[in-house]
Order: sequence, then C-alpha cells, then structure tokens
Amino acid sequence: MDELLRYFSSPSNREVLLEQIGQHVYLSLVPLLAGVLLALPLGRIAQRIGWSRAALLGTAGIVYTIPSLAVFVLLPSLIGTDFTSSLNVVIALTLYTTALLVRPVLDALEAVPTHVTIAATAMGYRPHRRFLAVELPLAVPALTSGVRVASVSNISLVSVGALVGTGGLGRLFMVGFERDLVQIPVGIVLTVLLALLVDLLLVLGCRLLTPWERAGRAVIAS
Amino acid sequence: MITDIAAWLLDPSNWTGDEGVLRQAWLHLLYCLFAVCAAALFAVPLGLYIGHTGRGSVFVVGFSNAMRALPTLGLVTGLAVLFRGSVALAALVVLAFPAVLSGTYAGVRAVPSQAVDAAKGMGMTSKQRLWQVELPNALTLLMGGVRNAMLQVMATTAVAAYVGLGGLGQLLIEGQTIGRYDQMASAAILIALLAVLVDLALAGLTWLLVPRGVTLTAANTGARPRGRRKQR
Repeated sequence: MDELLRYFSSPSNREVLLEQIGQHVYLSLVPLLAGVLLALPLGRIAQRIGWSRAALLGTAGIVYTIPSLAVFVLLPSLIGTDFTSSLNVVIALTLYTTALLVRPVLDALEAVPTHVTIAATAMGYRPHRRFLAVELPLAVPALTSGVRVASVSNISLVSVGALVGTGGLGRLFMVGFERDLVQIPVGIVLTVLLALLVDLLLVLGCRLLTPWERAGRAVIAS
Repeated sequence: MITDIAAWLLDPSNWTGDEGVLRQAWLHLLYCLFAVCAAALFAVPLGLYIGHTGRGSVFVVGFSNAMRALPTLGLVTGLAVLFRGSVALAALVVLAFPAVLSGTYAGVRAVPSQAVDAAKGMGMTSKQRLWQVELPNALTLLMGGVRNAMLQVMATTAVAAYVGLGGLGQLLIEGQTIGRYDQMASAAILIALLAVLVDLALAGLTWLLVPRGVTLTAANTGARPRGRRKQR
C-alpha cells in the first residue's frame, strides 16, 4: 500500500503513466479499427467467391498461430520498418485482428436470413447497396462479439511490444521486473480496466447501432 | 539481411550445446506440453461437469473473458517476482486453463439435444450419457480449446524468456541484448515455425480422436462445427 502511494504521489510517475496509457490505447485501438476495415471486405469475398473461403480462413488460421513476439521481430526485415518503430506493433496487431475477424464476419454475413436478402433485392437494392444497407447492419451483433474478442486480445498483446521497445503499459512490467515491483500490479490492473472499458463501449455501440433488436424484443414481450 | 539470418540458421555451432537451438527448442516444447497438460487435467473435468450439469455456466463465460484481458507479460513478470525462479511456468498453466475450460464447456453445450434426449430415452444413465454421448460429440470443440491454449502458451513461453524461463525466446532476447539482429530474427522464425508445427500436430490429433461418426454427421447434416474461438 505504501508502495502504491509512493508510486502515485510522484508527479513524474503519473506523467509517464498517462503517456503510457495513451500509447497503449493508440497501439491497440488503431489496429482494431484497421482490422475491422480489412476483415469486412475479406469476409465478403470469402462469402461470395467459393474457392477463396478455404484460402482466406486457412491463411487467417496460420497468421493467428504465429506468436506475437516473433511477428514483432520479423516485421522490420519483411517490410523494412525501423526495428524499434511502433509501426511494427500496429501492423502486427492489424494482421491479428484481421485474421481473428474474417471468420466472425463470414459467419455473421451467412447468418443473414435468405428471405431478407431476397426481399431487399425485390425492393430494388443493388448488391453493393444491399450489402451496406441490409446485410451489414444485420450482421452487427455477431460482428460485435468478434470485435470484442479482438479488442481484449489486442489490449493484452500490446504489452508484449514493450519487449521490443515500443511504449504502452507493458513498459511498467519491465520496469517493475527490473527495479520497481509495484509497477507490475499497477500495469495489470490498468490493462484489465482498459480492456473492460473498451469492451463496455463496444457493447454500448452495438446497442446503439441495432435499435431493432430491442424493439423486436419489446413487441414479443408485450 | 536475409543472408545474415540464413547464415545464422545454417551455422551448426548455433544448434548444439547447452544454449543451442536444439536444446532451447526442446525446452520450449516441453514447457508448453507440460502447461497445456497440467491445465487440461483440471479444466477438462471441470468443463465436462459444468457442461453436463449446466451449473456454473455464468462462471465459465465471465471467468474466461476476464482471463483474456490479463496481459501475459504482466502475469509472467508478476509471478516471477512473487515466487522467484522458474515459477513463470505457473503463468503458462494459468493462461492455458481458461481456453481448455471454455472449449470443453462449449463442446458439451453444443452437443445436439436430440442426441442427449435419445440417449436418455434408451435408458442411459447420466454417467453413460456423459462418457458415451456428450464427450465424443464434444471432442471437436474440446480439442479446439486445447489448440487455443497451446497457441497462447507457445506465445507466452517466448515472452517468458524475459524472466529467465529459457526456451527459444531466450535466444531472441539474448540477441537483442547483444545487438545481433540475425540471431533475433532466426529465433523469431524458429518460434513461429515451432508454433505452426505444434498446431498442425494438434490438428492431426483432433482428426485421430474425433470419432468418424461425429465427423460424418456434421458433414451430412451440414452442421458445421463452430470454428475455434480464437483468444490470446
């Protein structure tokens, strides 16, 4: 307890901590967004083009099997980034997020009932517009559960990046291990809180995006 | 760059000896196998029990979600300073546990209720249903959980070299300390390769373990078993 007080009473510690939290949020959420944006078209392709499905899902599986530390280290030699650049972490986590989301996107799109898409077509929706206006919104709940897994996993993975020199709360674990113990629990608690907060926001976002889910339930209930 | 890495990988002196690739890869594999087996020893019975009785399912979902949020590096360093020494191995077990648990639980829950009802109608006892109907049908998802656990443990073992656990991660971190990128990249390649190979081996094991009947039913009814839930 005294240790905690001592740690938090130092203004320089607090300043560093805030900076690391900011870094952590940036390093985990930018890849999340990029991953969603990449996974949507890929899932769509897997849905529409038969042979691409096995290829995409297989590749995603392999990408996901490769340990993060290995990816962080290998990216510089593959794409020529600077070794300590945080871009490595951003790109690696984008790859993971995309790999993780391709299947949920595909499952979510396939779960859209056929009669709905047929009705939309009959109403004059062209394929692209139908995808954006009908299929995608209906896929949001299933998609959200995939994004929630990805966000939690990203937030936890960013800390591994500290081993190759990027910022984020992972730094606390290294400093904690090397000289100031108390920083380890502080880092763990903050990471978990951050994950919970983002998770909560995602759930709220999903509710806002799918008002019909609750409307339907209310009608059934009454 | 690539030639440096190839040169490092082809140098036999890097492969042998106490700190060599062969020994570290063996250690790496051993830690992972131990962690997943130890976790499965507790998680599979618990998952079967919870799936079979339906008691405590809220616990499984909440627990495995919360565990996912734990930063592995924090867990590893935290346990290492708490207990000193190679207890980082305990962190691996802790990380493997929720994946196996939720895989087992999801597997039992996903068994078609018709099959369970039919077994009941045939007069099978609760115990017989569990061992002869629910477990074989749950194996695909159960093994999915084991593969997930292995994937996570493989990644964490690499990280755990930071606290001195040993394994291929040690070559990587050592390379970083002495500023040898060729060694770091070689170690990274080996870590990735080992992880992919072990995952393939587990996929093969799944194929061997899951009874043909279950596979055929899934293929014929079009009931695609849900993909493994990825988590790291």
